[in-house]
Amino acid sequence: MMPQGIWPAVLGRFVWTSLPFVRAWEHPTASEIIGAGAASIVIIGAVSTVALIIWFGKWRFLWSEWLTSLDHKKIGIMYIVLAFVMLSRALIEAVLMRLQQAAAINNPGFLAPDHFAQLFSTHGSIMIFFMAMPFLAGLINFVMPLQIGSRDVAFPLLNSISLWLTGGAAGLMMASLVIGEFSTGGWSGYPPYTELAFSPGVGPDYWIWAVTLGSIGSTLTGINFAVTIYKMRCPGMDLMRMPLFVWTALCTSILMIFAMPPLTVATALLALDRYLGFHFFTNDLGGNMMNYANLFWLFGHPEVYILILPAFGVYSEVVSTFSTKDLYGYTSLVLATAAIALLSFTVWVHHFFTMGQNANINAVFGIATMTIGVPTGVKIYDWIWTMFRGEVRFTVPMLYSLAFMMTFVLGGFTGILLAFPPLDYLVHNTLFLVAHFHNMLIPGLLYGMLAGYHYWFPKAFGFRLNETWGRISFGCWVVGFYLAFMPLYVLGAAGLARRTQEVFETAFRPWLYIAGVGALILLCALASLVVQLWVSIRQRDANRVFAGDPWDGRGLEWSTSAPPPEYNFAILPRVHGRDPFYDRKRNGDPYAPSGSYHDIVIPKNSMTGPVIGVFGAATAFGLVWHMWWLAIIGLLVIIAAVVARSFARDVHEIISADKVERIEGRWLRAVVKATSIPRKVEMKPVNQGLARVSG
Amino acid sequence: MTASRGLLRLFGMAALVLLCGCDALKLGVMNHAGPIATSQWHLYVIVGIVLVFVASPVLLLTPLIAWHYRLSNTSSAFRPNWQFSWILEFFIWIPPTAIVIGLSFLLWNYTHALDPYRPLTSDQPALEVQAVALDWKWLFIYPDERVAAIDQMIIPVGRPIHISLTSGTVMQALLIPRLAGQIYAMAGMTTQLNLAASQPGTYLGENTQFNGTGFQNEKFNVIALAPAEFAQWVDHVRGSAHPLDAAAYADLFRRSSPPQPIAFSSVPPALFQRILAQSREPR
Repeated sequence: MMPQGIWPAVLGRFVWTSLPFVRAWEHPTASEIIGAGAASIVIIGAVSTVALIIWFGKWRFLWSEWLTSLDHKKIGIMYIVLAFVMLSRALIEAVLMRLQQAAAINNPGFLAPDHFAQLFSTHGSIMIFFMAMPFLAGLINFVMPLQIGSRDVAFPLLNSISLWLTGGAAGLMMASLVIGEFSTGGWSGYPPYTELAFSPGVGPDYWIWAVTLGSIGSTLTGINFAVTIYKMRCPGMDLMRMPLFVWTALCTSILMIFAMPPLTVATALLALDRYLGFHFFTNDLGGNMMNYANLFWLFGHPEVYILILPAFGVYSEVVSTFSTKDLYGYTSLVLATAAIALLSFTVWVHHFFTMGQNANINAVFGIATMTIGVPTGVKIYDWIWTMFRGEVRFTVPMLYSLAFMMTFVLGGFTGILLAFPPLDYLVHNTLFLVAHFHNMLIPGLLYGMLAGYHYWFPKAFGFRLNETWGRISFGCWVVGFYLAFMPLYVLGAAGLARRTQEVFETAFRPWLYIAGVGALILLCALASLVVQLWVSIRQRDANRVFAGDPWDGRGLEWSTSAPPPEYNFAILPRVHGRDPFYDRKRNGDPYAPSGSYHDIVIPKNSMTGPVIGVFGAATAFGLVWHMWWLAIIGLLVIIAAVVARSFARDVHEIISADKVERIEGRWLRAVVKATSIPRKVEMKPVNQGLARVSG
Repeated sequence: MTASRGLLRLFGMAALVLLCGCDALKLGVMNHAGPIATSQWHLYVIVGIVLVFVASPVLLLTPLIAWHYRLSNTSSAFRPNWQFSWILEFFIWIPPTAIVIGLSFLLWNYTHALDPYRPLTSDQPALEVQAVALDWKWLFIYPDERVAAIDQMIIPVGRPIHISLTSGTVMQALLIPRLAGQIYAMAGMTTQLNLAASQPGTYLGENTQFNGTGFQNEKFNVIALAPAEFAQWVDHVRGSAHPLDAAAYADLFRRSSPPQPIAFSSVPPALFQRILAQSREPR
């Protein structure tokens, strides 16, 4: 059923069989039915979310309090919500792939090859661009301005635009489940496979535009964070007094600024090839895909550290706080962080040692790769020596930190093996590689983000998360990880190629079964997080920490109420050391009321971000489907929104001194009423967010 | 009683898994069957041993220190403001740096020694093989013998093999884990791989770079034969009257995997160069 007449101009490349429901109706195989089921979940999820909002009449609330907000704390929270939604999808995809491989030993299994290929492509793309990136951007957004004693980021509107570009791109990923299909070229989208000659469908176009929108959003985020850290620190906050998390945020931002553009360029050039007949990466007419590989990994390797550094920052905060101890080797940690950031730009060739360059080049990049192991090892030891002579409490964030240190070392072990070109030749492109980078990113990113989530959740929402469910979830993440990925090392060493839909060696069976069980346990881990959130919300009144300092925290973020007021600090703090709040608790009264408050200017809500994000996604959707009218309208609306915004004059709001005084007074009265607690009962309801200071 | 039986069963299962695990590893470099893979395996062992020493302090210290300094252990020291020691600083920076420097020499030498482009030293001339990556099969051309085969690479034991690779389609990677590491095959370009088999046998070869819906089927056997048997095989193929003619050539570029390996009794001259040139022409 091809559209006729006017329809091609309106619908572009769309035909009825672009809908998974139609495909499942025509060919009711397990694979197509799973595809249609996934599409139904997206539709049901979207419709029921909208219906619930309308039912509860929360549309206006949502719009004015959240979606258009320029408050860095709310933007941070929205990023993390997005990350959890996308994590759920990508984790379910991972489970499907693991079950397919376990089922498909000399047997086609239940997923068709094309469907399997879409799954590994979306799994990778989502986990990197729409789970990891939003999670860390959200965490930095929420925490960093509070830690440096600032009222907001440098460019609040840009912050909202970045969020919405990322959100729009994630929406495009979701749309690809319902309309059409996704790329089968993996998360790295290597041409020439993703060129028109080999992949003529809409799949690679979805990938190109989702990644392009996301990468622009991340570049802007990087600029925003870096400027914030350079320019918005409170008086006395020298660079060498910044909390380690801010240092890692700064290094990550610098990496984003320099590493995201090569990706944007790579996807843009690939788009020129696909849309306008250019030949950057085609086989014919002088194209060369090796240029793509270089551009992509020029982004791709720093990206690894964009993902991991913020988690390192979280661990530094968590280990120090939950050991009641100064961070060991602060200067060392800063130097190590900066060294990792710098070295991350010198190793990209190790992603394609097998491309035929000469031995000198491979050896140089191999040695550079091993070198990164030194500052990384230093960091691990710094955390160990931070616990030394401390008082370690095994809270959920601390458990994640310990699991990270033990597990990450194993990933480093295999990383050094892979840094040896002759060893890489044997296991490149196999499940060994897959096991290695999951071994780095699950402890090195996910555990860190989850540690941060548990650690700062009470600050963001004013109540602690349920400890028991947190531990269950932690246990599942760790056990699931080992079961799911250790077998992959064995399989990879035995030569099992990654991205394989069917397996022909019966000797692989036990390992694939174990990995399948591991994947299911990881799914339980996610489910436990959901249960934990549910239980915690229900028990929130018993676990309130309004006074704001549930863990005897060290940085400025703990010196405000939980949740913090919109303006963060009634009076901008002045700091005299590295752990300002911790010191103030010991050397004075951090809760002494201030004599006089002033009016505080904060940015007014703006719909510019949502408009740019939604119409950016519409433009991208139009480009994917060759609905040129939609692409043009989307682009025009974006330009109009930017122009209109530049004429807006009334962009600030004033919180009067009286109101500030009321808000602060309420909090300070609550602090006076709260019971201060010693560390050993911090996981009990008696913890109201006021730490007992022993001396 | 039941507990011990349960434990026994658990051990039994673990042993079973390990046994099967060894089965799986027999397909890989651990069961090396040629000089390149053997050196690579030795390198694995050397680096692995070094890394055990590098990793174990962290694996031991992390749980020990965390547990010893737990809040409830009131007998452990508590120095909340202790944050620096030059001695520790020395130990966390210098030994790792020294180990990396040491490993760098190893890496440099082995990377050059095991460079896939480096011809193997041997008193015999290398057998030339030209490998063409196709969707979803491999064509192996023996230019000197003027024969070719799809999805089967027959090689003589003991003689070095020099493989030139290109692709007639998207990028792929050729891996024969028991003989040598992989190298990419890219359209319009030639890469090289040198290897040899030191014992007769059948070794799995595969493409490891995803290239479409037939990817998982793109496997082939490398059969290492005694030199005399190899010569017999060449004669046998030559006599089979199944040339790589125009029809067979067109078939190469159909996206499919043949159910059985195919041997060609003759190939047009400079077939490899023709495919190389064709990839660069406008489609």
